[in-house]
Amino acid sequence: MERRTLPGRLSWQFGTVIATREETTRAKSITLAVPHWRGHQPGQHVDLRLTAEDGYQTQRSYSIASSGLEAEQITLTVERLDDGEVSPYLVDELRVGDQLELRGPIGGYFIWDAQMGGPLLLIAGGSGVVPLMAMLRYRAAVKSDVPTRLLYSVRTAEDVIYRDELDHLACHDARLEVSYTLTRTQPPGWTGYRRRIDSALLREFAWSSAQYPLVFVCGPTQFVETAAENLLGLGYEPSRVKTERFGPTGET
Amino acid sequence: MGENKLDGNAAGGILQEIFPLEMTSVLTTCARCGATKVVAELAVYIHGMGMVVRCPSCDNVLIHVARIKGYYSLDTQGVYMQPIDTAI
Repeated sequence: MERRTLPGRLSWQFGTVIATREETTRAKSITLAVPHWRGHQPGQHVDLRLTAEDGYQTQRSYSIASSGLEAEQITLTVERLDDGEVSPYLVDELRVGDQLELRGPIGGYFIWDAQMGGPLLLIAGGSGVVPLMAMLRYRAAVKSDVPTRLLYSVRTAEDVIYRDELDHLACHDARLEVSYTLTRTQPPGWTGYRRRIDSALLREFAWSSAQYPLVFVCGPTQFVETAAENLLGLGYEPSRVKTERFGPTGET
Repeated sequence: MGENKLDGNAAGGILQEIFPLEMTSVLTTCARCGATKVVAELAVYIHGMGMVVRCPSCDNVLIHVARIKGYYSLDTQGVYMQPIDTAI
């Protein structure tokens, strides 16, 4: 059957891996050259489809980490789930020159652009930092001065993705504040937060609800629900708290 | 392959394959309990054959998509979708 491709209807295409970068022992960034990529908005994702030799197909959604301002390329950051079907292949096996089938960009809810203003509060659990990183990279690239705070929860210091880049961005931008909470173990001398996100931590770090902040929360389901409930409890406007959940990956 | 609980952001790809529109920001109302949410806020279970979208308030099935032999079967009886902006 002949298929027509309507404008806006998604179709699958191939991208070629042009670079990979180990972010942590479990997370890897994969940069793909994607011909005719129309660009994307920070916060959007792609679907990847893998096909086995016997024809079995499986697909997953991965957030885009790059700003959307690069021509015909995207960067994804993928964290390996040890019992995963797709992520171990992407993190451990994929090489430069390989092709990946993808479609996108997808999403219009969990996106931020500079016109949406702020102040902006970004709350990440584990690899939930990926779409928030796209927002921060875009924000830096367009030299937005929207006051922004990122609160990033992970188990240990070794699990922090983009640590150097985040610290560099925060160091050179008085309107960007980045704070980590390490929920399981902390290195000697750690002065940051050391517990799971709760109401008291948010009250201390987050903007006051009177400032009418715009919030993006991304992480595992339970993490997102806890953070969002606490923000609503602090008087945040529900329509300005946007959430994105991904599958169970344990605690963050 | 087990079910994987996600949210409606993850449904965007499959829905945009069926409707030529950005669907995650479409407003929906549950036909059972009346909860009104955008698609991105709904509970989504992806399985090998497609996906089930449920109301996060009452668990009612809102949308069921199954892919069978290259065709989609779409059931949206559980949900009322607000007028969709087709200007994309």
